[in-house]
Amino acid sequence: MIACCVGLMIADSQFNLFSSARVYLNSIVSPIQYVADAPQKIFSSFSENIMTRQALVDRNQQLEKDNLHLKADRLLLGQLQSENKQLRQLLNSERKFKYKRMITEVMSLRSDPFTHQLLIDKGALNGVYLGQPVINEQGVVGQVSQVGSTTSRVVLIVDATHGIPVRVQRNDVIAVVHGSGAWDQLKVPFVQSNADIKEGDLLVTSGLGGRFPAGYPVAKISRFDYQEGELYATVTATPVADLDRSRYLLLLWNDDPLADADLTLDSPEEFDAPVE
Amino acid sequence: MPLLNSYRVIYLTFFVCLVADIFPLPIIFNAFRPNWMILVIFYWIIALPHRVNIGHAFILGLILDLLLGSTLGTHGLLFSLLAYLTSINFQRFRNFTLVQTTLLLGLFIFIAKLGLYWIASSMQEIILHRPYFWSIFTSMLIWPWFFLFMRYLRVRYKVS
Repeated sequence: MIACCVGLMIADSQFNLFSSARVYLNSIVSPIQYVADAPQKIFSSFSENIMTRQALVDRNQQLEKDNLHLKADRLLLGQLQSENKQLRQLLNSERKFKYKRMITEVMSLRSDPFTHQLLIDKGALNGVYLGQPVINEQGVVGQVSQVGSTTSRVVLIVDATHGIPVRVQRNDVIAVVHGSGAWDQLKVPFVQSNADIKEGDLLVTSGLGGRFPAGYPVAKISRFDYQEGELYATVTATPVADLDRSRYLLLLWNDDPLADADLTLDSPEEFDAPVE
Repeated sequence: MPLLNSYRVIYLTFFVCLVADIFPLPIIFNAFRPNWMILVIFYWIIALPHRVNIGHAFILGLILDLLLGSTLGTHGLLFSLLAYLTSINFQRFRNFTLVQTTLLLGLFIFIAKLGLYWIASSMQEIILHRPYFWSIFTSMLIWPWFFLFMRYLRVRYKVS
């Protein structure tokens, strides 16, 4: 029995033998997860149902106002988008900004105490795939690490095994952000001690790994320090998304950016030709 | 039919304890969650060692691994080890007083937690939070009531 267990552990952790079987195994246990999540769901829907009329009216007004502001912003956004597209066409570098997405709800169940994971209520039946990026309205949350048929697990960016390629929004310095294992801290290793990074800089996804689409906010630099003579600076960051209290998340379908990119090299003479 | 009946009750308690083990709690209370699975396996092996064996503990451990998303087999290994230790000594443990079993259970859970930490740390980089071991004490607090309740269940439904 012990040999069997040790064999299982090694097979799972080192060789990932069960990545395909896990879909079925996770589907087998998902009824238990739904049962455990049910009381919370019933309670929250109950508390939504017993709001007073005044509260509803207030909330509706607030939402109307927000909607107005967002729509006004969107007017400008459409204009900027088309302008950006034109400029990019001039540069011959197209970039996609529209991704298929889906709202998912967090099933707030207990997870392994040594990892930072969330369970979500969408699975392979909804088209969720391994390594899929997950965001909320504030920024990047994590990526899908295990898929079942109706549930999946999301490993958060603060997990010690997670890394994500980013760039500094201010000046496009690139770096990699690693999870630290604490809820509100990220590490940014291998940053040159003379790099132009300040506290408060926003880190956004660079899209270099091919998993996360470029441009979503990830974290803010909280500390930047270096010892005289050290090669690398100690940099820590805090995630911009409230990882421990988000109830709804967005799944993104990130088509491989290289799939439809035009990889043929244009001869530079074409652009440098003098304008008549 | 009594065999089927007793297994029905046993599996029902297993199911309830699995649900209790992953039931959503506020983060503050999460560390104090008793280890329901260890409690229930410990109880049934002491009470009915011919019904619940190491195989049960192993399967339940695997299910718990899947539910928690940890590496497959970590809980399976520890649960079957504890089940083995309990089942070779069940006659001695049966004659223990409630205080003695409580202390013994605390020791078992401590071993299990230490083992989990050790296995996890050998596979990946992890941070040990101090509240991690507090659940030992809540489990020990719960145990006497749990034991009496389970004994009531066992007598009431004639599980044997």
